[in-house]
Amino acid sequence: MLLFLVNLMAGCATKQQPLYYWGGYQLQVYGHFKGDKGPEEQIQALEEIKEKAAAGGKALPPGFRAHLAMLYGQTGRSDRLVEQLETEKRQFPESSVYVDFLLKKANK
Amino acid sequence: MKRLVSVKLVAILFGFLFLGGCATRANYDYTAFKESRPTSILVLPPLNSSTDVNATYSMLAQVTLPLAESGYYVFPVTLVDETFKQNGMTTPADIHQISITKLREIFGADAALYINVKQYGSSYTVIMSETRVTAEGRLVDLRTGKTLWAGTATASSAEGQNNSSGGLIGMLVKAVITQIVESLSDKGHPIAGITSYRLLSAGRPNGILYGPRSPMYLKEGSPTP
Repeated sequence: MLLFLVNLMAGCATKQQPLYYWGGYQLQVYGHFKGDKGPEEQIQALEEIKEKAAAGGKALPPGFRAHLAMLYGQTGRSDRLVEQLETEKRQFPESSVYVDFLLKKANK
Repeated sequence: MKRLVSVKLVAILFGFLFLGGCATRANYDYTAFKESRPTSILVLPPLNSSTDVNATYSMLAQVTLPLAESGYYVFPVTLVDETFKQNGMTTPADIHQISITKLREIFGADAALYINVKQYGSSYTVIMSETRVTAEGRLVDLRTGKTLWAGTATASSAEGQNNSSGGLIGMLVKAVITQIVESLSDKGHPIAGITSYRLLSAGRPNGILYGPRSPMYLKEGSPTP
């Protein structure tokens, strides 16, 4: 009976899969806005989410890489900042105007 | 005779009321939305008309999930906020005044979302306490300036946990909220998450339409309740 229920629920869920792996991403964003979490702590949490997404073969949500890029920028790692921004642009070409604007600033 | 006329009149008026009620509830006019079909959405920091200072960022932190899962590219809310600050725009009121031409130039977004948090927080009465978050949103095409969609949503802690905020995004939101309840003392934040989901998920009555990254894109006849 339990199995049947699980199957039923799975049946509903498989109709539409989430487009992205979220983990605790939005909670990290709120922690960032509130200033409760420093950049190093957030980077660690986001890198963990990134690994889990990769392990499950899932895509990261819009803005994830860009947020990570900003954190790397704040901790002085500009090579990683550029790398993450480029990845955001590759995954989401919709971001290219803004990412180019940010890259231009970063290179100044 | 006079009485008969008035009875008829009342009946007709009732009919109109009834029809009017149906029409405003079921049929949002999506003409402008369908002409525009935006692919990317820039969410501006929400205006805060409530008394709680947390409202703006509590809401802004939770808008990406419903919009992204509905099929849109959502600009990185933290970085966007930072860009505004670096350009001397520190309050949502200032930011909401920026011209659409300027927004389009910097971000390259198809549309911008203007949110106003009308209510955020708890009220206490003798019998019970309630935490409620109400927000309204307006989606504006940054190429034409046209309003593509507008809506409002509310959520309350008094609704109980067994209400059917079903569907995929509802499940995702619930999972996140469970984490929040365990880790935060800010009671408004999980409720704001539900409000954001109700306001900004596609496939809800009078809600936004699905975006190009969703498998449901262009497939919706009329949004299912």
